[in-house]
Amino acid sequence: MAGLGVIARERRAAFLFTAPAIFCMAVVAFYPILWALYLSLHRRLPIFGISKFIGLRNYIFLAQDTRFWNAFFNTLYFTLVSVALEFILGLAIALVLHQAFRGRGWVRAAVLIPWAIPTVVSARMWEWIYNSDFGVLNYLLVSASIISTKLNWLGDSALAMHAAIMVDVWKTTPFVALLLLAGLQFIPQDLYRAAQVDGAGPLTSFRHITLPMLKPAILVVLLFRTLDAFRIFDAVYILTGGGPANTTETLSIYSYKLLFQTLQFGYGSAVAVVTFVSVMVISFFYIRVLAGVREG
Amino acid sequence: MKRAGFYLLLALIVLWSIAPFLWQLITSLKPVSQLILLPPLLPKALYLFHYVNVFTGQPFARFILNSLIVAGSTTIFSLIIGTFAAYAISRLRFPGRGLMLALVLSVAMFPPIATVSPLFLLIRWLGLRDHLLALIFPYITFTLPLGIWILTQFFRQIPRELERAAWIDGCTPFQSLYRIILPLALPGVASAAILIFIFAWNEFLYALTFTTTEASRTIPVGIALFPGIHELPWGEIAAASVIVTLPLVVLVLALQRRIVAGLTAGALKG
Repeated sequence: MAGLGVIARERRAAFLFTAPAIFCMAVVAFYPILWALYLSLHRRLPIFGISKFIGLRNYIFLAQDTRFWNAFFNTLYFTLVSVALEFILGLAIALVLHQAFRGRGWVRAAVLIPWAIPTVVSARMWEWIYNSDFGVLNYLLVSASIISTKLNWLGDSALAMHAAIMVDVWKTTPFVALLLLAGLQFIPQDLYRAAQVDGAGPLTSFRHITLPMLKPAILVVLLFRTLDAFRIFDAVYILTGGGPANTTETLSIYSYKLLFQTLQFGYGSAVAVVTFVSVMVISFFYIRVLAGVREG
Repeated sequence: MKRAGFYLLLALIVLWSIAPFLWQLITSLKPVSQLILLPPLLPKALYLFHYVNVFTGQPFARFILNSLIVAGSTTIFSLIIGTFAAYAISRLRFPGRGLMLALVLSVAMFPPIATVSPLFLLIRWLGLRDHLLALIFPYITFTLPLGIWILTQFFRQIPRELERAAWIDGCTPFQSLYRIILPLALPGVASAAILIFIFAWNEFLYALTFTTTEASRTIPVGIALFPGIHELPWGEIAAASVIVTLPLVVLVLALQRRIVAGLTAGALKG
């Protein structure tokens, strides 16, 4: 140690301390992303031993691939609808849990349960609930005379996507609710008292205090949820496998099928790269807005 | 009146959260003949045969063991690597610190589908296909952002004066990390540990792709690929779901404070 100045010592320690993390991320995250980019410029069919550089031809093909655009818009629809529902429900639950009442800890724990259940398990649970012949959902809806005949929730092309969205909403609303609840707890109570003195009703307080103060938390939650929803794979893959007639096929599912069912590593990688770029664009957009909110 | 409405709302929230799981529990306790019959909703007698079948129909105990090994080692190694990195980011002055944090956060945004095929080729080339290490390495990497972020937030709350005194006494950065910072940041470490464990316990895409035989299968893949001849064996799937979910429910009930602290440190501050 002798001879090393404080700054040099700190730098040396910092290098040693961050090296393992940098190594892991370089080998398992950044290198594979570059490799995927490289693969996407190739026609690559491992079973036939074909690997040929074809430039951007996969991307040109992709622009004309109706199944790709179907997957793209399915993903977009899934993301917009599920995140919107999760936000509204999550905010409502957060506002309820923000009240003081006995047993709040227990209610909070109960709300967390869907979040902790493995996605595959929750998809299987709902698949059984949705079962057209023996599912409890059809039974309850028919018994309550809300529907007259049993619906084929996962087999009907108009219903399947919405059934999948419901599963995602059930599973991830707790995350939204608890984050927004934490955000609510950061708001100083004095603000509400002052508003009350000025004669503001609960709705005015909500619009002029709660929402603006909660804005950073809302944006972070929306960022996390949007990214996760856009990458969705497991829940929908288990529920429907992308069917019926590809109406629930998302970008991740289409890419997975290309890669591991038809073994088109080149074209499959091109679809994966487009997913990656979309996710990065979404993040960039949110982070710009978030930075604006924090400064303003 | 207003109070009653409030409690009704609470009851609805709780019911919505736990009803699907309760239905799975009920399903797991009904023989097949009652599964395809509604009403009644509740079973007439407790039927435990599905729970036996889960373990005799496939090596489900092996799946549980695999998941424990994978999630356990991921948690330990991700925490160790993450602690050092978080300490450097929150405490040490070095060039490229901002870039380091930006890189860590960008990894959190990577869609798994974009890395799965190159990793598959890499794992096959290394001869690790169907080996639990093929899951542990990616899980460590993709839980690092979560761990580093949470730990950085907790480390930053510890007053710098404590360390400065130790540095003057001749402590190395390593000594001040494990003698001063770590003991004070234990709640943060616990929060990070739970979230990392749950991620590794639940992950599906990599586990599906990098394993080929039942010997290395984890629980999510086991449940996804449940063998069925004609109709899926709903009773057994339900029993398996209950078996793997109950520990998580207990974990959540016992540690919800730590989980919420981790989630909010990971998302809201900074």
